[in-house]
Amino acid sequence: MTTAEESMLRANAIGTPLTRLDGTEKVTGTAPYAVEHPVDSPAHLHPLQAAIALGRATGIDTSAAEAEPGVLAVLTHANAPRLASTGNGELEILQSGEVGYRGQFLGGVIAETPEIARRAADLIRVHYERYEHDVELRADRDDLYKPEQVNPAFDTDTAQGDADGALASAAVTLDATYSTPMEHNNPMEPHATIACWTDGELTLHDSTQGVYWTQAAVAPLFELDQQQVRVISPHVGGGFGSKGIPHPNVVLAAMAARLVPGRPVKFPLTRQQMFSVVGYRTPTIQHVRLGADEQGRLSAITLDVVEQTAKVKEFAEQTAIPTRTMYAAPHRRTSHRLAALDTPVPTWMRAPGECPGMFGPEVAMDEMALACGLDPIEFRVRNEPETDPESGLPFSSRNLVACLREGARRFGWHDRDPRPGTRRHGEWLVGTGVAASTYPVFAMPGSQATIRATPDGRYAVRIGAVDIGTGTWTALTQIAADALEVSVGEVDLEIGSTTLPTASGAGGSSGINSWGSPIVAAARTLRARLDEHGGTVPAEGVEATEGMPDNPHTSQYAMHSFGAQFAEVWVNADTGEVSVPRLLGIFAAGRIINARTGRSQLLGGMTMGLSMALHEESVLDPRFGHVVNHDLAEYHIATNADVGSLEVDWLDEHDPYVNPMGSKGIGELGITGTAAAITNAAYHATGIRVRELPLHPDKFLR
Amino acid sequence: MDTRIELRVDGEQRSLTVDTRTTLLDALRERLGVTTPKKGCDHGQCGSCTVLLDGRRATTCLALAVAHAGSEITTAAGLADGEELHPVARAFLEHDGLQCGYCTPGQICSAVGMLDEAEAGWPSSVTEHGEGGAALDESELDDEEIRERMSGNLCRCGAYANIVTAIREAANGSGR
Repeated sequence: MTTAEESMLRANAIGTPLTRLDGTEKVTGTAPYAVEHPVDSPAHLHPLQAAIALGRATGIDTSAAEAEPGVLAVLTHANAPRLASTGNGELEILQSGEVGYRGQFLGGVIAETPEIARRAADLIRVHYERYEHDVELRADRDDLYKPEQVNPAFDTDTAQGDADGALASAAVTLDATYSTPMEHNNPMEPHATIACWTDGELTLHDSTQGVYWTQAAVAPLFELDQQQVRVISPHVGGGFGSKGIPHPNVVLAAMAARLVPGRPVKFPLTRQQMFSVVGYRTPTIQHVRLGADEQGRLSAITLDVVEQTAKVKEFAEQTAIPTRTMYAAPHRRTSHRLAALDTPVPTWMRAPGECPGMFGPEVAMDEMALACGLDPIEFRVRNEPETDPESGLPFSSRNLVACLREGARRFGWHDRDPRPGTRRHGEWLVGTGVAASTYPVFAMPGSQATIRATPDGRYAVRIGAVDIGTGTWTALTQIAADALEVSVGEVDLEIGSTTLPTASGAGGSSGINSWGSPIVAAARTLRARLDEHGGTVPAEGVEATEGMPDNPHTSQYAMHSFGAQFAEVWVNADTGEVSVPRLLGIFAAGRIINARTGRSQLLGGMTMGLSMALHEESVLDPRFGHVVNHDLAEYHIATNADVGSLEVDWLDEHDPYVNPMGSKGIGELGITGTAAAITNAAYHATGIRVRELPLHPDKFLR
Repeated sequence: MDTRIELRVDGEQRSLTVDTRTTLLDALRERLGVTTPKKGCDHGQCGSCTVLLDGRRATTCLALAVAHAGSEITTAAGLADGEELHPVARAFLEHDGLQCGYCTPGQICSAVGMLDEAEAGWPSSVTEHGEGGAALDESELDDEEIRERMSGNLCRCGAYANIVTAIREAANGSGR
């Protein structure tokens, strides 16, 4: 039996800053995204969306639309293909005239050009019977319920010891409620599909985080075998979770294409449509209570979360998960309660659970440190657990304290005056803040990799993985090269299609773990087979296929990445405007496969965290049930000018237990804790403690 | 109503029929199959569709094709000199000023147009007012100026820090 150390890959290509292998195509704009694949004589789909939040379409008059020259077909529930019932209320559209949320698809127009389709869709008249809708999340609702589990399969509630008793007797306590708003993923490439039926089989060029996830969701709806649905997605213009599992746009495209068999139907969503049909991050209300002794050692931690789901389909965000791992305390409790509303379905958005769940508790830690008279770094160090607080398992590696210390040194934390509201630079109040980051090491089952060696010295590596901008093309090539003990130039990677071996999707920062591990296994088998041939490749080539190996260490260790983020924040004393001239993130996430793209992942996460802190808020109008600010002019995301000095680095972390690469996921780690660090710095600048994101200027005008 | 127009795209004369409602972006993408400019918002809010239109950066989703008949369009693909990448594109690649790549062609066209504007002394809202008003001395194109001038191009992956580095390097290099 080989030990964990022995099974680790020797790094040669791994760790180097190889430039993106798909980079030239991307800087010239020639890498084809979903609806950019050349297809013969495409038709164009424009959807019809519900203009009420709850009710029923009693009549849909399509006559004017059908009369428009160039219209090929009009799709409504009257002529839509019947879908098999799979229990997915989000995807099972157009099976009746029922409306479960505003913006839900009621049909669409298929036409010769996008302009005609759009104009004709405007001509459709819908008569509704309206029911009274309910779209308001409040913590005091009397119909909150406890989901069976939270995403993806965590316990809804946990409890250890006697948290209430410990809080009652604690020397120092904190009891505060924090909130994060509804937020939308908004990848730059809108969700987009080309659907085409040929001989009863469906081909989808789709912008997706998982070609096999899309296949698995779509095939049963149309009562097809999995292999009758082909999904192709070599390049994806961002996803951040919303392209994880397919949304109704993919189903509508497939339905529309059924009406024009043999013709490919193009369906790129508009930015506005994305605000009602492709998911969002639920708003969260986080009630935190902390208790500590005089020395600042936590005796109790509780986090009770209230958030929303949709009546048409449940999604339960796992917001309290990081609190189960971050800090030691003998008495602890977490819970999640949901309000089921007449809203679109929430979904994954970059670090679901960890991202909102590292806001409230990490601001609470800052407040509690002050209450205990301790520096916020020292307070965290004092409450560093020996083992995972809830499972009791040892950590495979945990370097939170080292990140805090290194970050403090680099940021210049040592001479920080803790008093809030005492530094001024002209009209700007200046402060600094810190917060921790964490993300679990997830491994998804089911991926397979095939490697074929040919006598010309090439190695073809095939796996149905995807690259949503994370650098998969490059990082998997590096892993394969090291596992085969060849140079990256000898490896030909193929990803992004269901014609390749089955693979999990890009989600939960699990891609490199879940795709790299079977590639390493297949490479090792291939090398053993090559040895049987005396080290030379026979004329017919040599091939090996392996699946995701079992990792015995996952039941023996708690596996998480950690980090520390530091922010300098300026708040304008007159206008309340918040500016972040400096951000520093120090992370410990195992071995970084590619120093260049890996750094970009962490920078990108922090930038989205900055965006969350300063800007992002989807404003749902309770009267009508729609997001009012449903475009990029009104739903603000960080622009170039919002980002000042942004520095990222990582510690050398050796972890032989996570996988043969020794790597942990980094796509989501960077966004966790950023908003808390900025909020804590804004308090230090102003003395105003904001507990509700985003940090819009009104929060500081008191 | 359909109209026949001519466009010069990346050095090639193209003749096409457009609906008078067709945007320049849709004319390029759907009529000519030129998919280098991307559609991110269709409302001039994100900058993904930026090209050089008669030499200046422009959002093609806010332009009607019929209004630009006869114009000269350079996309990020057309900036390259054969196999040789444009210095700005090369700097984006080198400094990883991209992740998913969808906003990238627009960022690069915008950067090329912006550097010309800076060279011509055009001020931005962060340019210091000197005697006789605001004008940019090219040596003053610092990071703050670059950030301000590139803020019409959104990047959701968060590559801004690397984009600024890439543009600064390209601006200081001999490539232009």
